[in-house]
Amino acid sequence: MFRMQRRLNRSLTVSILLFLVLGLFGAFMSLPLIYTVNNAFKPLDEIFIFPPRFFVVNPTLDNFYDLVILMGNSWVPFSRYIANTLLITIVGTAGHIIFASAAAYPLAKYRFPGSRTLFSIVVLSLMFSPHVTAVPNYMVMSWLGWIDTHASLIVPALAWSLGLFLMKQFMEQIPDAILEAAKIDGASEYRIFWQIVMPNVKPAWLTLMILQFPALWGSDGGNFIYSENLKTLNYALGQISQGGIARAGVGAAVALIIMSVPITLFVISQSSVIQTMATSGLKD
Amino acid sequence: MALPAQLKKPSSRWAQLKRELYRNRHYYILMSPYMILFFLFTVIPVVLSFLLSFFYFNMLEFPRFIGWDNYSRLFLNDDVFLIALKNTLLFAVITGPISYIACFIFAWIINELSPKIRAIMTLVFYAPSISGNVFFIWLIVFSGDSYGYLNGFLMRLGIILEPIQWLQNEDYVLTIVIIVQLWMSLGTSFLAFIAGLQNIDQTLIEAGSVDGIKNRWQELWYITLPSMRPQLMFGAVMQITQAFAVAEISIALAGFPSVNYAAHTVVTHLIDYGTIRFEMGYASAIATVLFLLMVGTNKLTQKLLRKVGE
Repeated sequence: MFRMQRRLNRSLTVSILLFLVLGLFGAFMSLPLIYTVNNAFKPLDEIFIFPPRFFVVNPTLDNFYDLVILMGNSWVPFSRYIANTLLITIVGTAGHIIFASAAAYPLAKYRFPGSRTLFSIVVLSLMFSPHVTAVPNYMVMSWLGWIDTHASLIVPALAWSLGLFLMKQFMEQIPDAILEAAKIDGASEYRIFWQIVMPNVKPAWLTLMILQFPALWGSDGGNFIYSENLKTLNYALGQISQGGIARAGVGAAVALIIMSVPITLFVISQSSVIQTMATSGLKD
Repeated sequence: MALPAQLKKPSSRWAQLKRELYRNRHYYILMSPYMILFFLFTVIPVVLSFLLSFFYFNMLEFPRFIGWDNYSRLFLNDDVFLIALKNTLLFAVITGPISYIACFIFAWIINELSPKIRAIMTLVFYAPSISGNVFFIWLIVFSGDSYGYLNGFLMRLGIILEPIQWLQNEDYVLTIVIIVQLWMSLGTSFLAFIAGLQNIDQTLIEAGSVDGIKNRWQELWYITLPSMRPQLMFGAVMQITQAFAVAEISIALAGFPSVNYAAHTVVTHLIDYGTIRFEMGYASAIATVLFLLMVGTNKLTQKLLRKVGE
């Protein structure tokens, strides 16, 4: 159960105590997940039962069938919503990881005119409430003529402050010796960034992917997108589940679907984080 | 003849800067795509909204300059803001440190598990913040009639005889919002800590045990924490932002506005003026005050964090 090299200096009693605490809180944390899963398989009469039950008694797939039928009847082809969401999420996340990492590398490893100031501005911007910048943001967007285009969702996502901050903090841990060795071997800055820095901070950009993907995935177009055929999956599913009591079951199924995609992605990327660590070159 | 000497000095400084800029040109090129977009979509809106805090602006008429009026109104004539400020500070003081420490402790324990169990536990702890608005389940738990899980449970045990209106009661509502916020808050910093722990060089730990580190607490203080300083800084900033910006959960659980403003926070106040009353100048002033509060707290925290591992 424990990794070999970390078994040094361990007392068993403390270990057991710590894992008990972990288990207890883990159970508490996972309740809503279990509830959401159970709810999606409840027949309608169980959703409205009194007193409410946590677990499903007679699981059924009815909610999912209803959802498929409703989707088939929608005005805009459902695949359109899926394509929109995939476009926004994939381009937004991948582009952000590359842009943020490229900007973070010089800031983490070198001092040059303006480097400290730029980084402080990024950190400060994290502390400004997005509720107030909504109006100026709309002004900038309409000045660019991007209202009602996917660019209005994708392009700002490329320059999220959080990503640069996260990548910079991780890149600071890369030993300078590796970078100097590469420079002596004649590698350009761009090559060092792409072939040495990026592979070495894989846990960081996977973390960033896990953080940004759900944010874009859950986007409903916000204040920028009005055309029906540009809307996202989250918006469409939200419309379907807002059908009142008769659609409570469908709503539960929708909740499970929306939740399951980021979680699946998380599980996949988690396992590759672990693989990376086994072969990491991060040693001085 | 003094003129050339005077001219020469600034021009050489300028030339030096130019040389410096040219020498570092690759770094500027690497940064430019991000920075251009960042200034366009973050810095400019923030600056605009800061300027707006000195204006009266209702989005229909042209902004009218009123100087410090928004700020003086905020602190002298707005009793609700003072309640919101008190709640937010209370919130930040409780949830900030607790969830920061919890993030680290859970990440640290999880890191000692075998890879498979670690992946499952990470998912369990991270799931609440990833899965969108799952906090609606707390509405059922704290529901005010006997349908609510908590009321039903306490009534069956005989502790209470009548259902308690948890979310409509000034005495409970803030505590409930704090608990749910804590539950949701194992997000960004938690993940960063896990990734950071995996980045720690194992040879450091082995070397430490040769150098006489006796138990896991010493290992934690002398090796783990100092090697994670960049992630700890990151986590601190994230937690401060989260702790001061509570709004969604308060609105979802306690309603908007909450009973007697018992769960009103600075951000719900901001939403009130920004998106309902459309007093954008006033809302910007609220945002600026909140921003200054966060920056102050951040400076203080970073000072404390520099002492880690000494």
